[in-house]
Amino acid sequence: MAEMIPMKDRMKQDQVPMREQPPAERVRNFKEVPLGYNKEEAIKEAQRCLQCKNPTCMVGCPAEINIPAFIRYIVEEDFEKAYLTILETDALPAVTGRVCPQEEQCQKECVLNKKGKPIAIGRLERFVADWARANNIHGEKDGDQKKGCAVAVVGSGPAGLTCAADLAKMGYNVTLFEALHKPGGVLVYGIPEFRLPKKIVEYEVNEIKKIGVKVVKDFVVGATSSVDFLKKEFDAIFLANGAGAPRFMNIPGENMNNVYSANEFLTRSNLMKAYLFPEYDTPLIIGKKAATIGAGNVAMDSARTALRLGAEKSYIVYRRSRNEVPARAEEVHHAEEEGVEFNFLTLPVKVLGDKEGNVIGMECLKMKLGEPDESGRRRPIPIEGSNFTLEVDMVIDAIGTMANPIIANSARGVEVNKWGYFKVDDKTRMTTCPGIFAGGDIVRGSATVISAVGDGKVAARSIDSYLSSGGSLRNNGC
Amino acid sequence: MYQIKEKKQLYKDIYGMWIKAEEVAKTVEPGQFVILMTKEEGERIPLTVADYNRGEGLIYIVFQVAGKTTDELSKFKEGDSLFSFIGPLGKKTEIKNYGTVVAVGGGTGIACIHPIARNLKEAGNKVITIIGARSKDLIIMEEELKKVSDELIVTTDDGSYGRKGFVTDVLKEKLDNDKTIKKVWTIGPPIMMKVTCALTSSYPVDTIVSLNTIMVDGTGMCGSCRVSIGGETKFVCTDGPEFDGQLVDWDEFMNRIKRYRSEETTSWDKYKHNKTCRCKGGNN
Repeated sequence: MAEMIPMKDRMKQDQVPMREQPPAERVRNFKEVPLGYNKEEAIKEAQRCLQCKNPTCMVGCPAEINIPAFIRYIVEEDFEKAYLTILETDALPAVTGRVCPQEEQCQKECVLNKKGKPIAIGRLERFVADWARANNIHGEKDGDQKKGCAVAVVGSGPAGLTCAADLAKMGYNVTLFEALHKPGGVLVYGIPEFRLPKKIVEYEVNEIKKIGVKVVKDFVVGATSSVDFLKKEFDAIFLANGAGAPRFMNIPGENMNNVYSANEFLTRSNLMKAYLFPEYDTPLIIGKKAATIGAGNVAMDSARTALRLGAEKSYIVYRRSRNEVPARAEEVHHAEEEGVEFNFLTLPVKVLGDKEGNVIGMECLKMKLGEPDESGRRRPIPIEGSNFTLEVDMVIDAIGTMANPIIANSARGVEVNKWGYFKVDDKTRMTTCPGIFAGGDIVRGSATVISAVGDGKVAARSIDSYLSSGGSLRNNGC
Repeated sequence: MYQIKEKKQLYKDIYGMWIKAEEVAKTVEPGQFVILMTKEEGERIPLTVADYNRGEGLIYIVFQVAGKTTDELSKFKEGDSLFSFIGPLGKKTEIKNYGTVVAVGGGTGIACIHPIARNLKEAGNKVITIIGARSKDLIIMEEELKKVSDELIVTTDDGSYGRKGFVTDVLKEKLDNDKTIKKVWTIGPPIMMKVTCALTSSYPVDTIVSLNTIMVDGTGMCGSCRVSIGGETKFVCTDGPEFDGQLVDWDEFMNRIKRYRSEETTSWDKYKHNKTCRCKGGNN
């Protein structure tokens, strides 16, 4: 067992870095970029934890993980207990350990921030989850559906999986509906293999199935069946179908052949495995020069995927400046290391194409920053006459998503706001129809995996109290 | 899951399959489509529903072998199951009593026009059906269509059956002679739909086309299927598949459906080679 080191020495230790695939190598493969801590590295990093009496890190964790406890178990080399501690509240530890923006959550609140670098909580979580998977350690298999009530969860992304897992652990009979042929939502269609290997998602989904969650794939709520129909079959419903619909620039030429929404581009590559074409049947044509419009995490994923699929140049085209980039600093850093080129203060105004509809360039305007807008960021203003052509043969729109109305259209009594997102009670996540709850991107717009996980947890508790107090959709007449 | 209950070879490379898909059969309506995958490594292809049997939970699809996936699908036997099958997707045909309507079908579109013609007939319309193909062998579902039409006219390009010529030749005669015609549905190869719309544009009729584009999810998530309708971008999967044919940007539509042609050829060639190659391993 590793030793607890004296408090004063803990502050002196530097954060243990995580090894990564070198940029020149990884840009040619789809293997994970960070390689994870080994046992020694994990223990060394865990030893830095001050084990605060009032751990502020936990305040910043939507998954409600008992962070000091699991870190202490790492120091004690009891990785199994560390894993089970995380699993008590987070059904997707290997996922959240990889894709959470820890620097804005748990690690931001870590007291070590004041003197140096915070505990690398995400890396430690990832280490524990990977260790448990490799060593065949599983959570408890309770979930005996002793409570009798049936709950439908619509959408098997992070919000749906979390809510389903929590409810199953409480003893509810949970059915999880997925429109695609594989569960996982954005974790399988959106986030690339090199950030989140799909085998890991599959593994954690299977662990959730083992608690008793029934997964029904190929079932499009809003098409195969309506929410109104589900109301007759289930006592409560959690809607977590994601934001879904892609946003386009609405500029001329945007329907050219090789203009993709990031959703399409990433779904082809991730879910359909176009990067393994022709072993997998779904194709993806990669240009020599790809432009990705937008600078969020999805844009970084797209630009980096384009490079791995063979693009010689991969540009980010963003209308604001570097200071306003919404992507995680780590993602931007990785993208730059791999050779993605950033065109800041650049606004596409037209996609240029040939007769067959192939992209041959993109006309852009240069921008300058003006006064702050309603988002608090300085408003980009076009510089008149600054038009120029960016030579590209492929364009990816990664400028966000909007609400897909397919579910809302089939749900009477469930109100949406002017953007089409479900209106929910802040505390309970209940919609305007009692018994129907909602969370994740279909409530928040484009947000993070971890905020979806948080919504799933809150909704599961609210569903429990709704059902425990005798509520049921089957008799509420909504 | 999604077991093939009945398989028919309608012509040498055109097949019909009744597939067990109870959930889809419960809610499907004419004009809607499904997306299927033959296997986990497969692609997701959309096919318009050619018929359905709610009682038995069956969906009928008709397809022509045109690439790797349809080739593979054609080799499935009765009793085999598909990997994935989702639907019903898209909007249903607006069925009501318009008076006199014409249903025009070409190629595998002949199958897709069938449930639409049947429901229009049941709604009280006088249904004139015109179907066409290159030659006699390619004419499918003639008997079924006869039953649901007040009049059925068959054309073949080579004159080997029915009237020699194109569906549009017959449609023109009908439009010239029957002023009660209110609406025309046309489903078939893009060029046939485009030409039909060009013809009907000079008559006081509405023309509805059903577009079959490249799709991935089929639920409005990716935009692979987008088309310009009256200058506005629409998704075939959720806004369609039926649109006012006069508003379709046909050139853009035809460019977009051809965008993976060379990859599709690569994939199919490799598949055919593997099927016939007797060399060791069979996959080089």
